[in-house]
Amino acid sequence: MSSSRTSQRFRKLRLALREHYRIINSNKLSQFGFWVIILFTLVAIFAPWIAPHDPWEMTYDSNGNFASLRPPSWEFPMGTTHLGYDLFSQLILATRTTLLIGVVSGFISIVIGANVGLIAGYYGGKIDEVLMRITDILYGMPFLPFIIVLIALFGRQLEFIILAIVLIIWRTSARVIRAQAMSIKQRQYIQMAKARGASDLRIIYRHILPNVLPLLLLYAAFNIAWSIITEASASFLGFGDGETVSWGGMLYELWLSGKTRVAWWWFASPSVCIILLVTSLVFVSRAYEEVANPRLRKR
Amino acid sequence: MTEINKDPLLSVRNLGVVYETSQGPVHAVTDVSFDVQENEVFGIAGESGCGKSTLIKALLRLLPDNGVATADRCDYRGSALMKMEGEAFRKEILWQEISMVPQSAMASFNPVYRVGDQVVESIQTHRKASRAEALERASELFDVVGLEPGLLKSYPHEFSGGMRQRAMIAMALSLDPGLIIMDEPTTGLDVLVQERILRRIREIRAELKSSIILITHDIAVIAEMSDRIAIMYGGEIMEQASTIELFENPHHPYTLGLKNAFPSITTMGTELISIPGSPPTLIGPVQSCPFAPRCPFDDAACHAANPAATEIAAGHVVRCVNYENSAQFRSLAKEKSTWLS
Amino acid sequence: MVVLELDRLSCHFELTPGFVDRVIKRKPPSYIKAVERLSIAIGEKEILGIAGESGCGKSTTCSMVSGLLDPTEGDIRFRGKSILGLRGDAIKDYRRSVQMIFQDPYESLNPRFRTVDIVAEGPRALELWDANEIEQRSLAMLDAVGLPSGKYAERFPHELSGGERQRVGIASALVMEPEVIIADEPLSMLDVSIRAGILDLLREMQAERGFSSLYVSHDLSILGNVADRLLIMYLGQAMEIGPAEEVIRNPKHPYTRALIGAVPIPDPRSRRAIPNIRGDISKPIDPPPGCRFAPRCPYADASCSNTFIEMETGAGTLHQAACHRLAEIDNAGS
Ligand SMILES: Nc1ncnc2c1ncn2[C@@H]1O[C@H](COP(=O)(O)OP(=O)(O)OP(=O)(O)O)[C@@H](O)[C@H]1O
Ligand SMILES: Nc1ncnc2c1ncn2[C@@H]1O[C@H](COP(=O)(O)OP(=O)(O)OP(=O)(O)O)[C@@H](O)[C@H]1O
Ligand SMILES: [Mg+2]
Ligand SMILES: [Mg+2]
Repeated sequence: MSSSRTSQRFRKLRLALREHYRIINSNKLSQFGFWVIILFTLVAIFAPWIAPHDPWEMTYDSNGNFASLRPPSWEFPMGTTHLGYDLFSQLILATRTTLLIGVVSGFISIVIGANVGLIAGYYGGKIDEVLMRITDILYGMPFLPFIIVLIALFGRQLEFIILAIVLIIWRTSARVIRAQAMSIKQRQYIQMAKARGASDLRIIYRHILPNVLPLLLLYAAFNIAWSIITEASASFLGFGDGETVSWGGMLYELWLSGKTRVAWWWFASPSVCIILLVTSLVFVSRAYEEVANPRLRKR
Repeated sequence: MTEINKDPLLSVRNLGVVYETSQGPVHAVTDVSFDVQENEVFGIAGESGCGKSTLIKALLRLLPDNGVATADRCDYRGSALMKMEGEAFRKEILWQEISMVPQSAMASFNPVYRVGDQVVESIQTHRKASRAEALERASELFDVVGLEPGLLKSYPHEFSGGMRQRAMIAMALSLDPGLIIMDEPTTGLDVLVQERILRRIREIRAELKSSIILITHDIAVIAEMSDRIAIMYGGEIMEQASTIELFENPHHPYTLGLKNAFPSITTMGTELISIPGSPPTLIGPVQSCPFAPRCPFDDAACHAANPAATEIAAGHVVRCVNYENSAQFRSLAKEKSTWLS
Repeated sequence: MVVLELDRLSCHFELTPGFVDRVIKRKPPSYIKAVERLSIAIGEKEILGIAGESGCGKSTTCSMVSGLLDPTEGDIRFRGKSILGLRGDAIKDYRRSVQMIFQDPYESLNPRFRTVDIVAEGPRALELWDANEIEQRSLAMLDAVGLPSGKYAERFPHELSGGERQRVGIASALVMEPEVIIADEPLSMLDVSIRAGILDLLREMQAERGFSSLYVSHDLSILGNVADRLLIMYLGQAMEIGPAEEVIRNPKHPYTRALIGAVPIPDPRSRRAIPNIRGDISKPIDPPPGCRFAPRCPYADASCSNTFIEMETGAGTLHQAACHRLAEIDNAGS
């Protein structure tokens, strides 16, 4: 019996994967986005093994000269900074930081957003009122002063940067998921679950949640993209974690060095990475949006 | 029936539909051929799961992703439905020419818009009409289906099951289509409302000369409404004839069984003879007559091959190897013992 | 003994008014009186059939009895105790005992659940048995309603035909082994032979476990077969009640007469008589205080629309009709 059940579970998993495969392959852009994301993920995982140098190692070229502000070449594929740091290595290690921050804060924010949205949407009434007022307050919160205060209070550490990003980002997903939960709550199959004796929590997490899942995945991707942008802008403004390299942080260093006009390569690579990853996430989430929102679907 | 030699409105030949599932292919419709003439009501009856809805979804190209339809011919007024551009089909045929009341009629409204707005929108996307004109038309149609026009302002969840179904019927009538396909249009309706709607539809049909495909498992409704009937079983049309002919001169054993099993308010209390056994699940290809396992008159030939459709009289088509013995079957079928052995 | 008792149960819905009507014209809100002072009692093992015009409040009554909708007025008692405002374990117990089969199989099955999971949901939610047994019973129940579990258990609702969906809904209620089954048009999409199979299953369960039932259907011939008593409703009011066969053979109320006269007969040469009622749309919005059928009744006079008749509808009561002019109609009829 139990073996049949594991095989059943396996089959369910396979079916689910096939569904995702179909969604991602539904158009060229999302296919492209998917592979870009995979590439960045691999780079992030194997970063220390790929990077030829330490990010803060002063490098010398093969002739033994100090390599300061070198444009891209065979030896330094993405050039070097004024202090002789290898930008290629920085970029690769920064991918790790950026992706980590993006995924962790994207994940936490969607978990919070989904729960707040589902609970507010399902219960309605006072609970909804309170939760929605809280999100309204967050909507009114300007990002920069908020993050400055947080960092002033707690210091420039990765955890607090993630916390700050999460606090800013979950509100949108909460709103959207609340709206969806409210409409699903009206459906008769929820009434049926209730009549069969399912408790409120069971209805929320077993009956409503799977039906908002496509939307949830969509917003998870959006949230990751937003976290990456937010992290980059925070770092660029100097509120990043000083201990680790990130794409925004690289741009901040460039700004500090005052070499913006000279070192185009220093500017180019992190910006391209940010744009590439964020648009890839958007492309993939668009494919999910068609599933989440049948009105967009072609008949 | 009107002149036979006129070109049919809809002509279908050898239509088949297969659904791909994890348990293997489901042959939901196999080798179906029929014609619908101008100004005719064509009834399709058959057991639950025999492929009625699949058949019309295939005609309207509304099959889900895992369903594939094939046909030698599928022509509406001479244009091949299956070969048309998707865009052209949606614009020119769907709703305009062929409209449909789906079996899921009760669930087919968008829950966030008022019912009236949805009817108006459907009129306005296909016709040049001001909002007031469209609204006028909508109230007219609500009257046809026996709903108070004041209810146009309600949301779908404020309607009862039968009211939603009636609103959907109103929507299908809204553009005066040439062919209206109704999939179980009367499941949620009481007999009085049903009688009224069927009467009004008959009047509209006489006026507009449109045709109707009526799908139902309610033999009484089909007997009352249709000019011709097709009886489906296991994805195939078993017998097809004009209504009177089918009721008075049935040939297929399944038709005989179906007639026996139908309760009527006039025969309440008398025992009904139902066909024992269960319908085929349609998984895997068909290699014998699908009804053979339940047929009281089956012989080796029935299990050896799937019989071809034979036209035994003008417009009367039967798919049974032993159709010549039908007179004998008819008398035997009235005995309960025939079906139990 | 009375199992379920509805005591002058009413349910009124305020119609959602348009913005202009509400704020600018300040019209008073309109009401749909979906159920009006309905009293019925269902005895042990009794099957009470309900028939009536589409939109007359049958589903609303079912929802109220299942505890999904709060009545505007009146009370519902299960074995003598009111079920209104039950909380926590009490409502769980009630849910275990009273199960509803929903009317629309296209709306009431969760699109993300496989058929086994739909059937197993109730027992899982209430932890009736251990996981293995729940699964076994659910699969067996699917087999019992004519959906061989090997072929249907793993399908999603969108891969089923209408009648197949309907049977999944039936299985999901029966698997709970309830004491009362509220069946809202459970067989409307099934053909006669499958219907017969399911009715046999119900009879078997009835003989084994003995449940009571509120059975809504438009099909009077089924009701004549399965129901002990039959209630006829029109626009939220009870019109007639009595032993099922008796009501069908000898209808008293003008509405019941029209209803039964309009049942189609499976013979292409017969045409049903045009029903003897006036007008042909029932108007549920803001109905008259008295008999709701009065505007369409061929026998009605002015007094009919003004006074409401309540019937004495306790368990086992005789055949009666809520009509002011019963005597005169009887005379005219004979
Ligand atoms: N998407 C699908 N995937 C797989 N099988 C399907 C799918 N849709 C329908 N089927 C199967 O195809 C068969 C025919 O279904 P269809 O909906 O055409 O039946 P039907 O004649 O309309 O029955 P009913 O009267 O119950 O509505 C059924 O056995 C059903 O299980
Ligand atoms: N949530 C709601 N808001 C407003 N009106 C409602 C609501 N639910 C039902 N109604 C109205 O109450 C009346 C009774 O509806 P109900 O669903 O009980 O009818 P029914 O007898 O089940 O009809 P059917 O046989 O068509 O299913 C209808 O007029 C309907 O419009
Ligand atoms: Mg169908
Ligand atoms: Mg109803």
